[in-house]
Amino acid sequence: MTETPPEGGGKVENPRQGGDYAPSVAARVAVWHKAGGIAVPLLTTLLAFFIGGLVVLATTGKNPLTTYKAIFEGSGLNWFLEVGSYEIGIPWTESRVWFPWDTSFNSFAALNLQQTLIVYVSLVLTGLAVAFAFRCGMFNIGGQGQYLVGAIVAVWIGSELPGLPGLLHILVAIVAGALSGAVFAGIAGFLKATVGAHEVISTIMLNYVALWVGVFLFGLGGPLQNDNVGGESVPVSNDVLEESKLNVFWGDPLLQGLHVGFFVALAALVVYWITLNRTTLGYEVRAVGFNPEAARYGGISVARNYVLAMAISGTFAGLAGTLDILGWQFRLNTNDIFISSIGFVGIAVALLGRNTAIGVALSGLLFAALLVGTSTRNLDPEIFRPELASNLTLLIQGLVVLFVGADVLILYLFGIRRRARQRQART
Amino acid sequence: MDERPVLELRGITKRFPGIVANDDVSFDLRPGEVHALLGENGAGKSTLMNVLYGLYTPEEGEIRIKGEPTRMSSPRDAIDAGIGMVHQHFMLIPVMTVAENIVLANEPTREKVLLDYDVAAQRVRDLSDTFKFRIDPNARVEDITVGQQQRVEILKALYRNADILILDEPTAVLTPQEAQELFEILGTLTREGMSIIFISHKLNEVTEIADRITVLRRGKKIETLPAAGATEESLARLMVGREVLLRVEKGASTPTEPLLQIEDLHVTDDRGIEKVRGLSVQVHGGEIVGIAGVDGNGQTELIDAIAGLMGSDSGRVLVAGEDVTNESAKDCLDAGLGHIPEDRQRRGLVLDFSLAENLALHDYDSQPASRLGWLFPKRLVARAQGLLEQFDVRGGGPQTHAGGLSGGNQQKVVLAREIDRNPKVLIAAQPTRGLDVGAIEFVHRRLVEERDEGRAILLVSLELDEILSLSDRILVIYEGQIVGEFAPGVSEEELGVAMTGGGRKEVA
Repeated sequence: MTETPPEGGGKVENPRQGGDYAPSVAARVAVWHKAGGIAVPLLTTLLAFFIGGLVVLATTGKNPLTTYKAIFEGSGLNWFLEVGSYEIGIPWTESRVWFPWDTSFNSFAALNLQQTLIVYVSLVLTGLAVAFAFRCGMFNIGGQGQYLVGAIVAVWIGSELPGLPGLLHILVAIVAGALSGAVFAGIAGFLKATVGAHEVISTIMLNYVALWVGVFLFGLGGPLQNDNVGGESVPVSNDVLEESKLNVFWGDPLLQGLHVGFFVALAALVVYWITLNRTTLGYEVRAVGFNPEAARYGGISVARNYVLAMAISGTFAGLAGTLDILGWQFRLNTNDIFISSIGFVGIAVALLGRNTAIGVALSGLLFAALLVGTSTRNLDPEIFRPELASNLTLLIQGLVVLFVGADVLILYLFGIRRRARQRQART
Repeated sequence: MDERPVLELRGITKRFPGIVANDDVSFDLRPGEVHALLGENGAGKSTLMNVLYGLYTPEEGEIRIKGEPTRMSSPRDAIDAGIGMVHQHFMLIPVMTVAENIVLANEPTREKVLLDYDVAAQRVRDLSDTFKFRIDPNARVEDITVGQQQRVEILKALYRNADILILDEPTAVLTPQEAQELFEILGTLTREGMSIIFISHKLNEVTEIADRITVLRRGKKIETLPAAGATEESLARLMVGREVLLRVEKGASTPTEPLLQIEDLHVTDDRGIEKVRGLSVQVHGGEIVGIAGVDGNGQTELIDAIAGLMGSDSGRVLVAGEDVTNESAKDCLDAGLGHIPEDRQRRGLVLDFSLAENLALHDYDSQPASRLGWLFPKRLVARAQGLLEQFDVRGGGPQTHAGGLSGGNQQKVVLAREIDRNPKVLIAAQPTRGLDVGAIEFVHRRLVEERDEGRAILLVSLELDEILSLSDRILVIYEGQIVGEFAPGVSEEELGVAMTGGGRKEVA
């Protein structure tokens, strides 16, 4: 059958009702989103790990389970398995209470877990950034750019303004970093709302703007290049001032302990949920995301919501960049800017987490554990080859995105009943 | 006439998870007859035909073609068995000619690869002449009328040597005149020995065209009866399973002051075509004004301009005396407009929202639904509870997603939301499109009640039945202008003439 259905069966089409707002990628994700409970993300993850295991087997001949066990231990999540009897101090008091896990500095698992949770902070925030835009029917691929802009602004403010009281300095840097992300992402939202420029294209382009502006600022001869004595040949920013560094509450600050930004990320998850489900803003965003035409009919300004949702999305990403700078990086060199990909991992986090707060919380942990567990620091060449180690994370990440994109397949596997019911409903 | 059936369906059962779409349905088609398949939406008409056409495999039952048991595992099998199907939505390629569309997939060729267009055109012309179709094989499909496109679809089936024709709701897209022409063609076809299955939910045309009628209800065959002697009332009872009021009972209208005033409105669509060209209408409180017209004559643009969803070039729109010309949708709603949109699935509802959320679509941002931007989901649910009960919405509670409801219940949700706002003006655009008889009855009764409450109701519909039975005044729209005003007693023919631009008379 080579026939193709024409539009509208020859009826006169109303162009206004047509694809004014037709986010195809987001629409596909929405379909996926609806396709039944936690089963699909779990299946996606298992499938990704299975294929990743096959690759390990094929390239190294080693048992993939050994590899995955090593990654698990590298992530520090085994810390939770080693239950014992320990003590922990209660903040702002001298008293200590019983605690089931080892909090001493000589636990390797604890050190690894701190690193995992540091990465978790930025993955949760970039994940929420992508997820929020998705809920408004937009695919924000610009999380990386917004993350960089937040980091750039944070390192600039954090390293300037000496004499400002510590807490105030931190607050100013955080607010400025988050806002800069909002403005940066808002550009894409504004372009979509006014001239209909597709957000996928504009956010990809803005990623390059952020990248090259950063390289220019901190590169050799750049206006924000460090003014350390003898540092003229190093393309790096000034260090963040001591008073504007975030407090480390677990681990050794000199060994990159876990900073208080962790709580900001957890709070962001709550804020995300509340905003979407308990505010009129969230109602509008979701209405526009599900059905812009119905939202418009209901009296909601679709354009305004595109700009707002993008700005909020950028706030999350900008916050991620800010907390990374103030929490553990303290400086930004051009090489970091080139190789950083945290904003892109955020896409996978949001997709796997199905754009829900709890989903992002869980998938963020998975990806953080993968990133840290496979980092060369934890390498045992006996178990897997160094060049494969970090690639495995990318591989699994790619597979997740691929499987989400291949929603047709997943739906076919798990959605036959559902689609049959829908077909029935149409007859 | 040979009474041995050309087609028999015996004990067809088709199950979908959670539902039996066809439950032991038997059906037979005699040569040269028109056999109507009648039933509400969801009664299993389409499922049965899809089984016959090889799109579904039934769990039980058998299909016999001319006495031979036949397996239909794909439409190819059905076509080979001489079955042709004309879908509700045509499967034509607009930019190709009639002949090209018809020979598609069965092209006469030269040297095995080149389309022999002349031969194709000649064959189509021969076919068209045989059955008096009056179709130009060289016309492009996009340039011919919808009625002619339908004939092209029928020709396509004939070209493939079909002697059994399935027509799925064929009159849904036609004007009354075009429908009459179609019926004449069907008469010619049956005289030539074709057998026709005519799927419909319209009672009047079924009694007019069919020889026998099979009624389906909830997947079961209720009865097969000769059309002679069947009345619309008796068929409706078989279809719905209870007595149905086909005619809306309504008293005389008592118009009050004009609540909706449209003065010399001009609207241009996105393609730059002026779709509404100097249109003026007044709707008074306590009356239903029906706008009849063929689809695409500016109805959609008129409604959108009134509702603030589309800008107008000139003219004025007043809702309850307030000028809302080119104001936002929100301002129009606030001025006292209620709007039952043409397409409830795409515009009227957010299908992924719960019913409670959908019912709050216009007032989520005011008390009591929310305060200072803070939403109170529990209040939405509580209010929804009452409204769903009041409007007899079945199939789900406040937390159910709107997409999970049947069309009739979805429309009740829209109705509940629009009426609960207590609007002064209510626009009802195709309010019963795709609904079954029971739901239509409900919607119609409700609209009359709202009229009696003193609201001004503008009814825009493509269904003449609906216009005729509900309206207190009937206006005909043609190419963006009102070309005639009629009293409710007018005949369909008279309306039909005006709808196609004939007998144009200016309204003062």
